[in-house]
Amino acid sequence: MSGPQPRSVAVLSGGMSLEREVSLRSGTRVETALLEQGYEVERIDVDARLVPTLERGDFDVAFLALHGAAGEDGTIQSVLELLRMPFTGSDVLASSLAWNKPIAQGLYARAGITVPERITLSQLAFRELGASAVVDRIAARLDLPLVVKPVTGGSSLGLTVVTSASDLPGAIVGALSYADAVLVERFIVGTEVAVSVLDGRALPAVEVSPKDGRYDFAARYTAGATEFHAPARLDADVVAACERVAITAGTTVGARHLWRADMIVDEAGVPWLLEIDTCPGMTETSLVPLAAEAAGMAFPSLCRTLVELATTGDGA
Amino acid sequence: MRLDTDPYLARYADRVTGLAASEIRALFAVAERPEIVSFAGGMPDLSVMDLDAVATMTSDIIRDQGLIALQYGGGQGRLELREALVDLMSHAGVPATADELIITVGGQQALELIAKCFIDPGDIVIAEGPTYVGAVGAMSSHQADVRHVPMDADGMRMDLLEELLVRLKAEGRRAKYVYTIPNHQNPGGVSMSEERRQRLAGLAVEHDLLVLEDDAYGLLGFDGETGTSLRSLVPDRVIYLGTMSKTFSPGVRTGWIAAPTPVREKLVLLREAADLCPSNLTQLMIERWLRTQPWQEQVKRYRALYQQKAELMLETLHNEMPAEVAWTTPRGGFFVWLTVPTGIDTSALLAKAIGRRVAYVPGRGFYDDGSGSDQMRLCFSYPPLDRIREGVSRLAELLHDELGLLRAVYGDDAPELAGRRGTGSARGPEASA
Repeated sequence: MSGPQPRSVAVLSGGMSLEREVSLRSGTRVETALLEQGYEVERIDVDARLVPTLERGDFDVAFLALHGAAGEDGTIQSVLELLRMPFTGSDVLASSLAWNKPIAQGLYARAGITVPERITLSQLAFRELGASAVVDRIAARLDLPLVVKPVTGGSSLGLTVVTSASDLPGAIVGALSYADAVLVERFIVGTEVAVSVLDGRALPAVEVSPKDGRYDFAARYTAGATEFHAPARLDADVVAACERVAITAGTTVGARHLWRADMIVDEAGVPWLLEIDTCPGMTETSLVPLAAEAAGMAFPSLCRTLVELATTGDGA
Repeated sequence: MRLDTDPYLARYADRVTGLAASEIRALFAVAERPEIVSFAGGMPDLSVMDLDAVATMTSDIIRDQGLIALQYGGGQGRLELREALVDLMSHAGVPATADELIITVGGQQALELIAKCFIDPGDIVIAEGPTYVGAVGAMSSHQADVRHVPMDADGMRMDLLEELLVRLKAEGRRAKYVYTIPNHQNPGGVSMSEERRQRLAGLAVEHDLLVLEDDAYGLLGFDGETGTSLRSLVPDRVIYLGTMSKTFSPGVRTGWIAAPTPVREKLVLLREAADLCPSNLTQLMIERWLRTQPWQEQVKRYRALYQQKAELMLETLHNEMPAEVAWTTPRGGFFVWLTVPTGIDTSALLAKAIGRRVAYVPGRGFYDDGSGSDQMRLCFSYPPLDRIREGVSRLAELLHDELGLLRAVYGDDAPELAGRRGTGSARGPEASA
């Protein structure tokens, strides 16, 4: 430890992001856990009064339970760096790289990780470059079914699986409600797996099997709607490959403390990385707490570990 | 190892299986932030409420009748309140006796009790399309098969209702009841014409129907006029539902049902099983409000305020919305119903709307059959006047941009976007803007 033990924690949650509700749920749970661990805790709903609130509060560390824009894209991280306040999770650069899915996927591919074939299309491309002409060709180039999603954001918001080429424009318009650009990916058939990485080490891989097939918003946040298996029911070498992918991906963007890598393992046992989340959900149905639980780490000690990591100085 | 996020799953009743987290509900968590102009929640504007009068009245109740106010009461609700409500109903031309009334915890409990009383899993209920989202919730929690009948500017289409009734008869099935909000419908913002009220009463006799008449907004016509109550036409075929939430306050959670005696008796037993009795304190408040305060003046204040707000919303819509967008013209109540061109999904668009700091309720929630994706409800009763203008401007700008985007994404395959205004939509109330 580089200084005295932290005592006072500001838990940041809420905000104006589309994932506000999920963030409030994460925040409530983190607050309870940290209180249980003996910290002084204040919940802060992130708004225009954030800076004075943080300055007045004399906090030792900020715990980020924020999801969606501003909380995950490097914005809040810049503010906290300016205030020289230690915080949990990745720094500005790593957050903003991981936040932008097309950029991050490009980096992962360069680092030798298998990622789905994809095309990024922005609103500008449609408005100014007549991109509608290429929409027909996307299905031909990537093959159906396709996954259409906003280039930023989580919780499956704005995500559509397109099985017929005629549904593609509608899915694109829908996803553009959530971001200025969309990512159209080839749909990878296989087992959905999430690997959380805590302090550089992989937690047990969690296998995700939504009961009605799709891991959408309802399947993510309705208790009991998804079956989880941890460790995942995969061969040891496949699990090892998943762990390698998760660690390499995080290292590639420079993530720290905690991140979660979402991937699909195909029939041949190859993990296809979809994205990594640098400020993952902490709700009762979220994957990181489930992974920690499978590793024998109760949620309060997971939260304590994060607070301690944030205050160890180098933050690696 | 299998990880259970809900260890109680195997124990739930069937009716619980459909209850799930919803993206739209999550987005509303953001819409509640003050930065956003929200046309979402259908709330009254209590700023014109005489709070001093309510304060005096409430402290008088505790002083004069405290031991009654704080005690249990009867399951049917206080006789004195039921008598006062019979008087209130007479102002809307609705006949009733105090014995036919049961006091409920808001109109919502009334909807729930009636659903519980009549609906077995799979039973058919007919409702306007779109209809009140809370009624959809009450009916579907009892696993009803809800069939929607479209509306136009004159309310529920009786020709289509009749078609449906004939079709059901041919299948050997019948609807348990027809749910309608004839006055200033939520969410449609239209009222049933006099002719159609007569026709509905006729169909009720012809097809042996029970009608659930939800009259939440009956006293809130801008011109003070009240439509003919269905209960006045065929009293033994109508269960009538009233509420104090719009004419006084939703915080007192007080509604009521007027039902034929055998039904009323069942409803009292069901309510006693649910929550024993309504709150004596709030019953006494309403009793006093209706007996000692100029409640009709309060209703007039609400009416005038809502008319002003509705006019401003309609004027701003008219001036700023793209020509392809259509909406209804309310003559009372809380809501305007808006139809956008096919290709825009109002559920997906809500995220973008929130980004532009304006919110509405996407149309899909007002149907039990998944339709309504090109519609939305705007509530004008709650936001302050300057926020209404600002919010509608933001929404109009968003829809202009979205139409441009739609054309850009679809290219030559763009869905038919031409002149919706004034032509009405295939589903939902006809536009008359």
